[in-house]
Amino acid sequence: MKYVDEFRDGDIAGGLAAAIAREASPARRYQFMEFCGGHTHAISRHGITDLLPPNVRMIHGPGCPVCVLPIGRVDLAINLALERGVILCSYGDTLRVPASNGRSLLKAKAEGADVRMVYSAADALKIARATPEREVVFFAIGFETTTPPTALVLREARSLEVANFSVLCNHVLTPAAIVNILESPEVRTLGTVPLDGFVGPAHVSTVIGTEPYEFFAEEYRKPVVITGFEPLDVLQAILMLVRQVNEGRTEVENQFSRVVSREGNLKAQALVAEVFELRRAFEWRGLGTVPYSALAIRAEFAEFDAERRFGLEYQAVPDNKACECGAILRGVKRPTECKIFGTACTPETPMGSCMVSSEGACAAHYSYGRFRDRAPAAAPAAVNA
Amino acid sequence: MSAALRRDYHRPLDLKRGRVDLAHGAGGRATAQLVEDLFLKAFDNEWLRPLNDAASLPIPPGRLVMATDSHVVSPIFFPGGDIGSLAVHGTINDVAMAGAMPLYLAAGFVLEEGYPLSDLQRVVASMAAAAKSAGVPVVTGDTKVVERGKGDGVYITTTGVGVVAAGIELGGANARVGDAVFVSGTIGDHGVAIMSKRENLEFETEILSDSAPLHRLVAALLAACPRIRVLRDPTRGGLATTLNEIARQSGVGMLLQERAIPVAPGVAAACELLGLDPLYVANEGKLIAIVPAPDEEAVLAAFRAHPLGRQAALIGRVTHDPDQFVQMMTALGGRRVVDWLTGDQLPRIC
Repeated sequence: MKYVDEFRDGDIAGGLAAAIAREASPARRYQFMEFCGGHTHAISRHGITDLLPPNVRMIHGPGCPVCVLPIGRVDLAINLALERGVILCSYGDTLRVPASNGRSLLKAKAEGADVRMVYSAADALKIARATPEREVVFFAIGFETTTPPTALVLREARSLEVANFSVLCNHVLTPAAIVNILESPEVRTLGTVPLDGFVGPAHVSTVIGTEPYEFFAEEYRKPVVITGFEPLDVLQAILMLVRQVNEGRTEVENQFSRVVSREGNLKAQALVAEVFELRRAFEWRGLGTVPYSALAIRAEFAEFDAERRFGLEYQAVPDNKACECGAILRGVKRPTECKIFGTACTPETPMGSCMVSSEGACAAHYSYGRFRDRAPAAAPAAVNA
Repeated sequence: MSAALRRDYHRPLDLKRGRVDLAHGAGGRATAQLVEDLFLKAFDNEWLRPLNDAASLPIPPGRLVMATDSHVVSPIFFPGGDIGSLAVHGTINDVAMAGAMPLYLAAGFVLEEGYPLSDLQRVVASMAAAAKSAGVPVVTGDTKVVERGKGDGVYITTTGVGVVAAGIELGGANARVGDAVFVSGTIGDHGVAIMSKRENLEFETEILSDSAPLHRLVAALLAACPRIRVLRDPTRGGLATTLNEIARQSGVGMLLQERAIPVAPGVAAACELLGLDPLYVANEGKLIAIVPAPDEEAVLAAFRAHPLGRQAALIGRVTHDPDQFVQMMTALGGRRVVDWLTGDQLPRIC
């Protein structure tokens, strides 16, 4: 497939892997966090870990929109669908996120709620226009990548005067989450999570550009390499990070220059600023309440804001006590260090959100990497087909 | 007092503008008319024609194989097929995967009140054509009608019987370490074809469902290698899920080579866009064959000689693995687990 195969070439990957192995100093360890779930997924799906030397370790970050959604926000959506009789539209993965009382949107659907999976915010608006007698709510989630489409739909709903459409906004901001991780005691003072650099977001950066990361690189002395979601992108970014560490540099480098610029997509930024404003605080699963880390719908669009329209009040709900999603999302623990990983919590019966989305650290490890957890003797010998 | 009885007159079925109504399922004249004018006309054969409650059938010697499959696919008509042809192929393939030659089909229809008779006629015609070209007649059937809103147009359950020749012993528990794993062609075509027609998902695509009867390919493979250990058609859950089922049944692992797995470029592109993995997307005209290593060349030649096996590929090997992992060497050179399907990528695919 054109424009995809070029970025998955095994021979080039071998060359990059050899360069990483050659340049990574055996005298030290390199620990890089890939912020985005998209990178976590690419690393797992393509088996990138096997191409890295043992002293280069990737830590999965919190950049999976489904994973950071707290129980209380899903509860709001479930209640809207079950008690207020709205048509609740959302992206597929969101439907399986566990909420209070063992519920999820999918289970609410089985109880009779009208929950629909859509591929875009525009589809939700389409449903609203086709069923004017019903209230239709789009449960909007995601980082800066999915925010502009939601903004566009809100603007369209206003100009078309669609009276039965609103958005339950859960859009969150990447830079705020990265600062939160860098400020966490584990990274800053305790040193339990030694972080040597970041594989920076791909699609998010197409919107916000590389500039917002310059602050972390400088203030926290951490190198950042913005990179694409293809496996060769990731390998090249790791090599660039190894080089920065070796040379004592802490810069923002842009490996994804084929689509990301320093200033980002100004049109999209203007659109988002027109429709959304900063929330003073927002609860993230794993990170807790993070100031100025999410967006709310501006007063000018109040009638399309489901929180205002239905008078919703957010109630924080603590995660299941045994679930380690919080520590895993901050990079403090690995999925296998959670007691319920692979036992009570599996992709079929997820307890925590990291097990829900294939971009979540736990689901990625469970689905793609579990064979690494057993004793080496049990591993089957490679047989060539 | 009374004149001579007039000859019966029944207004013919209005196959242009008519719709299924509850009387068509009530068992009275309307049911009889639907059966005779629509179903019998299309499926006509010597076993169905007497319209008895059960068909009485001659059976050649051998072990009898029986399989059943319900079809609820949405949309009813999709690129490369429809629920009618799918219902024939699906059950023929299930019978064929036991190594049997399918002989007869039974068909049960659940119709929704209000379903256009013209569409029903199209479905039945396509089903009859599929049965005829496969050489497997529909010999008995049943029709029920449910109220509007209690069904979705038409659901079809087909049951098939066939006979396995002596000496053929296929089963999911037969895979052995070192065996070769084949797939008969490109994967994911059916699922992507269905998806391309789904509501809210309007992308233009030329991708056709691969829906096809595999019994003749199976006969050719067994003629080339009667020692084939496992045949399975990777429908719902795709190649990945079916291989996991076999690994569990046989208590073995597998190691696949990503580069060897055939995926049509259009399917690969659509999956890339939609975030699907073709390994988990349904097929309706493909089979997996697990074959002892010494026979692999003969089997590959037999695949390639058949129109439905031209793109067949040796995609991996059975390994010793107490955890029964299906693993894959990625095109990039890493290794990963190819796990069971989680949840449902796409409901009502078949």
